[in-house]
Amino acid sequence: MQKALNIDPAKCTGCIQCELACSMEHTGSFNPSKSLIKVFKFHDQGRFVPYTCTQCAEAWCMQACPVDAISMDAINNGAKIVADSVCVGCKVCTIACPFGTINYVPDTGKVAKCDLCGGDPKCATACPTDAITFVDASSTGLEKMRNWAAKTDSGASAQA
Amino acid sequence: MAWTRKLLRVNLTEGTCTSEDLNMQWAQDYLGSRGLATKYLVEETDPMVDPLSPDNKMIMATGPLTGTCASTSGRYTVVTKGALTGAIACSNSGGFFGNEMKNAGWDMVIFEGKSPKPVYLMIENEKATLVDAAHYWGKSCWDTEEGIKAERQDPQIRVASIGVSGEQGVKYACIVNDMDRAAGRSGVGTVMGSKNLKAVAIRGTLGVRVDNPVEFLQATDAGKKVLAENPVTGQGLPTYGTQVLMNVINEMGAMPTRNFKEVQFEGAANISGEKMHEVRADGTKNLVTNAACYGCTIACQRVSTVERTHYTVKDRPQYQGASGGLEYEAAWSLGSECGVDDIEALTFANFICNEQGFDPISFGATVGAAMELFEMGVLTTEHTGGIEMNFGNAKALTDCAELVGKGEGFGKEIGLGSARLCEKYGHPELSMSVKKQEFPAYDARGIQGMGLTYATSNRGACHLRSYTVASEVLGIPEKTDPLETDGKAGLVMAFQDATAAVDASGLCIFTTFAWSLEDIAPQVNAACEGDWSVEKMLEVGERIWTMERQYNLAAGFTGKDDNLPKRLMKDAAKTGPAKGKVSGLDKMLPEYYEIRGWDTNGVPKAETLDRLGLV
Repeated sequence: MQKALNIDPAKCTGCIQCELACSMEHTGSFNPSKSLIKVFKFHDQGRFVPYTCTQCAEAWCMQACPVDAISMDAINNGAKIVADSVCVGCKVCTIACPFGTINYVPDTGKVAKCDLCGGDPKCATACPTDAITFVDASSTGLEKMRNWAAKTDSGASAQA
Repeated sequence: MAWTRKLLRVNLTEGTCTSEDLNMQWAQDYLGSRGLATKYLVEETDPMVDPLSPDNKMIMATGPLTGTCASTSGRYTVVTKGALTGAIACSNSGGFFGNEMKNAGWDMVIFEGKSPKPVYLMIENEKATLVDAAHYWGKSCWDTEEGIKAERQDPQIRVASIGVSGEQGVKYACIVNDMDRAAGRSGVGTVMGSKNLKAVAIRGTLGVRVDNPVEFLQATDAGKKVLAENPVTGQGLPTYGTQVLMNVINEMGAMPTRNFKEVQFEGAANISGEKMHEVRADGTKNLVTNAACYGCTIACQRVSTVERTHYTVKDRPQYQGASGGLEYEAAWSLGSECGVDDIEALTFANFICNEQGFDPISFGATVGAAMELFEMGVLTTEHTGGIEMNFGNAKALTDCAELVGKGEGFGKEIGLGSARLCEKYGHPELSMSVKKQEFPAYDARGIQGMGLTYATSNRGACHLRSYTVASEVLGIPEKTDPLETDGKAGLVMAFQDATAAVDASGLCIFTTFAWSLEDIAPQVNAACEGDWSVEKMLEVGERIWTMERQYNLAAGFTGKDDNLPKRLMKDAAKTGPAKGKVSGLDKMLPEYYEIRGWDTNGVPKAETLDRLGLV
């Protein structure tokens, strides 16, 4: 069963534990600037939104890469993975991605993006409020459905 | 590991920034943050220095856990000689500034001297530069933070700045980071202003490492679980913030009201955490959401709006968005202390405190004192510029906030703080303060341990040096009778030492609603070199406390300053469970000195100093 990250901004408090877990997993230190998931704070609205790669099925980054450094990891939930040994740091993928979730890393001369941590995304484990969960990729709407379902009157018949 | 082992020394007079190795022996003896920075201040400055002189230094410091994934580990401390108090000042702030300093590779930054013109410090990892800040002088903390990010085209920069109040010498100016987090007390922002230092801006991308990552992740995970399962840190604080206390403290008759004339406020429910959740006439609530500082799994912060039709924000769109909302201390000082129960006015006044960088506790308490002077006829509208300073007048409160923010008119008088204001007008006894710092929101008649806490606090009256409310009200770690003085000396000492150790680690003191040092020491031990047991943490805490005491004694304070205003010692509480009670400080203080190993004048004995390695 393929799983996917599911983000519910309404539950996010902006603590960035996801960024700390991500950077620790990928760089060995706590370093929000190197995190592949980012929490955006909209101060005037009191809103926090975690944002990362959605692992597009037909990923722009993968299509655009001129050296085929980005591939789909079919075993790992369809994650799009950058092969550092192949990446030449041309940054075309960073232009192609409509969401900005693949970025160049000056320290390595390569690009970096979310790789779902090999099937165990640390951001989801670290999130204290379940704003980030790792769920059945075909049921990311399940909790929203459940919440709507809970609002129905059990005595009334549904009208689709 | 955990420590970056580097400090940045900024000489503002010379305009130089130099890197130094951290003294690692001191790190083992004082841990970090509050402890280590105070050690540097003690070693490098004369305790008799004028706080606003270039010879005073100001240190911004992180702890070894700052910038890690330990819950609440974003904190940093500002240590200096306080402008409000003339005592050791140590103000702590959350948000996302401390972790950025650590990620830039610095354990602390020491500021010395005085810049000939307004500057801000820009730190980009190892590169530190003093930048002309003429165009930010006269600007608020909010405009300065947004301006620096825009000017440098980097929204990821973190900024701590002073507002106009800090420039103008308001005695309780603070240093605001991330728009609404502040190193709030004792006038650390006033010291920063005296150095012509407008802001510190940091971008750090180096990463924070710990000594034993596997053990550290286990220890911090265990700690987070404890916080999540505890009713205070897992439910109470996220839902109501510190405002969970408003109705509780009022009911137990420990809610200072109208400059401590009373101990219960009839309008408490109107300014409570519960009220912030109520739907207003326009369909919105005061509370927008709760929010977290860096790494915090509690998330107690309030994010609020002022109702758009309220007189304070109508036609002023810059104040209609969400920003840092009322915490209990501010709701008390701006509210019941002034007899004001208009929560929208309090929220607005709190916004102005954040925008212009001044401490809402000292500000509200000074307004409360001014209101008493006004009702006595000592202050008149001649003095106030026409403001009717009666208790309960919300407009007077918000007008004063805006005037203090600009350093104009009657705001200059309120900006003196209550001790200097009341002294100036011939009634020093009406300042509800210790060492010139105003009390926070717990009446020493109804919660006896807090009287001893205030009287002996090294930075002047403060609840965050030993929060015995935890024991006396909430039963953490065990319940003690708030009206009893027996046993409080030991309780206060235990809280003071443990708190100093927690502060030094870089964690937030709010964790201690759920964590004891048994939970914290393993996190420190896994992060840091050395053997960090509970015993060592307590020893470091006691060493820090005693060092701060020694600094104050050298700065001219004596045991006579371990005192409370006459009102708390002589005028009994009029209502509630504490009715008829005064503070029993006189019963607690001698015992406190004894168990501290201090003589009857409050001076640490030679053997005590020897035991702590402070000779």
